[in-house]
Amino acid sequence: MLVYLIRRLFNVAATLLVVSVVTFGIFFAVPKITGSDPALMYAGRETNETALAGIRVKMGFDKPISEQYLTFVKGIFVGRDYDGGTETTHCEAPCFGYSFKTEAPVWETMVDRMPVTLSLALGAAVIWVLAGVATGVVSALKRRTAVDRTVMVGALAGVSLPIFFTGMVAPAIFVYSLGWLDVSNYKPLTEDPGAWLNSLILPWITLAFLFAATYARITRATMLEVLGEDYIRTARAKGLKEGVVIRKHALRSTLTPIVTMFGLDLGGLLGGAVLTETTFNFQGLGTAAVAAIGQGDLPVIMGVTLLAALFVVMANLIVDLLYAVIDPRVRLT
Amino acid sequence: MTENPTAGSGGSAATTAGPAFVPEQAGPRSGAFLSVRDLKVHFPTDDGLVKSVDGLSFELERGKTLGIVGESGSGKSVTSLAIMGLHRTGNARSRPHISGEVVLDGEDLVKADADHVRTLRGRKMAMVFQDPLSAMHPYYTVGKQIVEAYLTHHDTDKKAARKRAVEMLDRVGIPEPHRRVDAYPHEFSGGMRQRAMIAMALVNNPELLIADEPTTALDVTVQAQILDLIRDLQREFGSAVIMITHDLGVVAEMADDILVMYGGRCVERGTAEKVFYEPRHPYTWGLLGSMPRIDREQTERLIPVKGSPPSLINIPSGCAFNPRCPYADVPEGGITRTRRPELTEDGSGHWSACHMAQEERTRIWTEEIAPKL
Amino acid sequence: MTKKDTAAADAPEAAAGEPLLKVTGLVKHFPINKGLLRRQVAAVKAVDGIDFDVRRGETLGVVGESGCGKSTMGRLITRLLEPTGGTVEFEGRDITHLGVAGMRPLRRDVQMIFQDPYGSLNPRHTVGTIVSAPFRLQGVEPEGGLKAEVQRLLSLVGLNPEHYNRYPHEFSGGQRQRIGIARALALKPKLVVADEPVSALDVSIQAQVVNLLDDLQEELGLTYVIIAHDLSVIRHVSDRIAVMYLGKIVELTDRTSLYESPMHPYTKALLSAVPVPDPRRRGAKSGRILLKGDVPSPISPPSGCRFHTRCWKATQICTVKEPPLASPVAGHQVACHHPENAPDQAPGDPALPGAADALAAVTP
Repeated sequence: MLVYLIRRLFNVAATLLVVSVVTFGIFFAVPKITGSDPALMYAGRETNETALAGIRVKMGFDKPISEQYLTFVKGIFVGRDYDGGTETTHCEAPCFGYSFKTEAPVWETMVDRMPVTLSLALGAAVIWVLAGVATGVVSALKRRTAVDRTVMVGALAGVSLPIFFTGMVAPAIFVYSLGWLDVSNYKPLTEDPGAWLNSLILPWITLAFLFAATYARITRATMLEVLGEDYIRTARAKGLKEGVVIRKHALRSTLTPIVTMFGLDLGGLLGGAVLTETTFNFQGLGTAAVAAIGQGDLPVIMGVTLLAALFVVMANLIVDLLYAVIDPRVRLT
Repeated sequence: MTENPTAGSGGSAATTAGPAFVPEQAGPRSGAFLSVRDLKVHFPTDDGLVKSVDGLSFELERGKTLGIVGESGSGKSVTSLAIMGLHRTGNARSRPHISGEVVLDGEDLVKADADHVRTLRGRKMAMVFQDPLSAMHPYYTVGKQIVEAYLTHHDTDKKAARKRAVEMLDRVGIPEPHRRVDAYPHEFSGGMRQRAMIAMALVNNPELLIADEPTTALDVTVQAQILDLIRDLQREFGSAVIMITHDLGVVAEMADDILVMYGGRCVERGTAEKVFYEPRHPYTWGLLGSMPRIDREQTERLIPVKGSPPSLINIPSGCAFNPRCPYADVPEGGITRTRRPELTEDGSGHWSACHMAQEERTRIWTEEIAPKL
Repeated sequence: MTKKDTAAADAPEAAAGEPLLKVTGLVKHFPINKGLLRRQVAAVKAVDGIDFDVRRGETLGVVGESGCGKSTMGRLITRLLEPTGGTVEFEGRDITHLGVAGMRPLRRDVQMIFQDPYGSLNPRHTVGTIVSAPFRLQGVEPEGGLKAEVQRLLSLVGLNPEHYNRYPHEFSGGQRQRIGIARALALKPKLVVADEPVSALDVSIQAQVVNLLDDLQEELGLTYVIIAHDLSVIRHVSDRIAVMYLGKIVELTDRTSLYESPMHPYTKALLSAVPVPDPRRRGAKSGRILLKGDVPSPISPPSGCRFHTRCWKATQICTVKEPPLASPVAGHQVACHHPENAPDQAPGDPALPGAADALAAVTP
């Protein structure tokens, strides 16, 4: 088990290394080859050669790519210095550099925006898992009835409708028609929990609807499969009450694939719930990434990409560990 | 139901308020412990009505073993599930139509309340399935699954139940039961798993044990161990056993009576001796002729039954076996294709369902079939 | 049918020529990798040094319990698996390490029939496509055209040639197995290796397929290696039989000797465990042997004779010295220090403590 964990963490590190090299390569080396100049992207259009030369030295663009990369990695772990000629700026670890556009440290920007993405993703996740699994189970138990058909049509809609559509329809219903909620921008939890909740309910519903639909469908299909298993028949042959058979025997097996899916979905979402954030105009990691790409803000792109990759690989690892906890047949060696 | 002598003070009767069962008392309506009369199990499907069991009757006494033999789709497994009331569980839409009577110890289980039948399941009647790996929940330890079976029917604590589980594992020959009780099914070998399955079935001292192909998934040396175990336990507990199998060797070794099923119906029933030495139905002849022998050297070809088993949606009219029967034209007027033969008894407890006259069948068997086997 | 007689008549002639297939010291280990660096820490010794010949025109039965390596052996001699050691010679030619290209011409001569008539046929292909696949793969144009040849093959195995355009799911289990046989026979192979060809089939269908295999052998002069766990089927179909236990052949002889006077204690136990379809023999099972416990793991098989942990005749020598596959009686090979029905190979050796307990029950 420990050996397994060590090996997996080693894999995580290796994956992140590859991701960073590739991303770094794409965003820093490609401009060089195509003739565009990172220094120019940093400085903007109105500049002169002297300023550009200064920037090159300060940002290290004059060095070979490999050296730039090493400096970048070093910055993450021990920090780095920017030699501005007259003054030297020290960037504390973890240093992902400074935004080309705002000059703000990338790490701080990410830390700043993380709560938005976290609140959005985790809150929605709780809702979609509960709602999705519950409807899936009910649907499976009521197979071929009106309940089942209704739920499945709803789920199909959830899967098919794009998020920006639900993102527009949901406010139309809950805010403007029913008047139950109002639309607001993200409010930090620490400042005002009520406002935080209020600002997030609609995005949660929107995001959860999409995922809950998928989860309901998967839960239903898995549940039906599990209900046909021999060990369910054995449980019934023992004289267990149907409720016990469902809860203790069927549900536990049904959850296995759900856990896998959940880990991957959550990892992906934390890496940037781009569409939802854009739809609700939240300043999270996703919108940060989109903005950075639009502006050619290389350090931000690098930072967000690495963070997203970290979320995804860690989610994968946690899923695998969880899997072994749920299913004793899975031995981690 | 006999009081469990080893359950400790906590283990008493069932938890639910079903009618009380007086030990060793025969049912009021029939002398037999289990009596199945005209049992029909029909599954409605999109393609039509699947008549898995279509009018089956038999009796079984305590302490006796009935072997039900048939090929896949003959209805033998469906019969066992119907007796257990397992077709009444699960999704309402996929349940079959069940009619007829299953009288267990004087009580008709087909008409009985479903929840009452549930309280009998696992306590008065229990089942052992074919593949013990898939029949046990992979996520729970063997001990936990046995404890669950015990606690469902006994008002006692987990500690007593666990003690009982260890005891049962020991009884079925699992080494180091104290340790193995906490193992998962996948950590057991195939034979050990089937032993554990048997321990689970017998934990509540059932009076009827149904074993559905209990050794089919096992190696032959392990099969011998398991059959031996079932025989021993039956002797010890005095339960009635229904042994469902496709293996004529297994029934010959285990069964007092044999019931041969074809197309959801019984075609022949009698003592093992009668069915093997004076079989009365052409399908039984076919089974015997199809079987390679372990006990003698055959230089002749096997004599298979031609064709394939019938579709249960479209069972042939008349005698279900008529399209495959070499003697279908012996009775006059094509009666084999129009009328379903009645299951008739010859006065010695030997039943068969064939249109041919009994003398004719005896002649065919002794002169044409038996010499070639 | 007089298959046995023909086989006996052919025997001298076959013995004179070289065997069709010759297997020497065949080994297959599947590695198990563990630890931080995924180093190989152990191996499943599926097949661990076996020797045998397959003679032209005969049926060699291979029998044993699950995990004894019989299926792996089948895949090795058809070269679906690459052996770890030893040699496989087909018609005198070493095919042990031939690559895919080198094996291609041999695929015409050596064919395999599988157990699962459902899994081994592509559900999206028609029967015609399935049966004609070998011709297309080998680039062979049969006389009279592909379709006619496929239809001939279908009728050869007892299927309706008109069903050329049907899909596998439209057939019953027995018919599907016939399709598999037709495909195997398409290129007129010399050797057919059948791995549990009838064990997924119902009794009545099983008999049809057994008879079909018999007929085809006679008609086409085929040589069979039939792998099965069912000792009754093996007795019926085989001329000679090899009994395998934990990756080794423990006994190899003709069927009469094997079933009438088995020499290896394991064979004896195996035979006496089979339920006899005769209720009159129930009370009087003389010499019935009931082995205790399970087959040990092929990852770390017992030292010396692999059966010594379950053998009631085991002595000291059995724990240290592996008995060679020898012939204490002409034509009857057995790997045992203390064979039944033959002179003891290590007389006077002290018995192993607890050996007598290896049996759960022996009915005298």
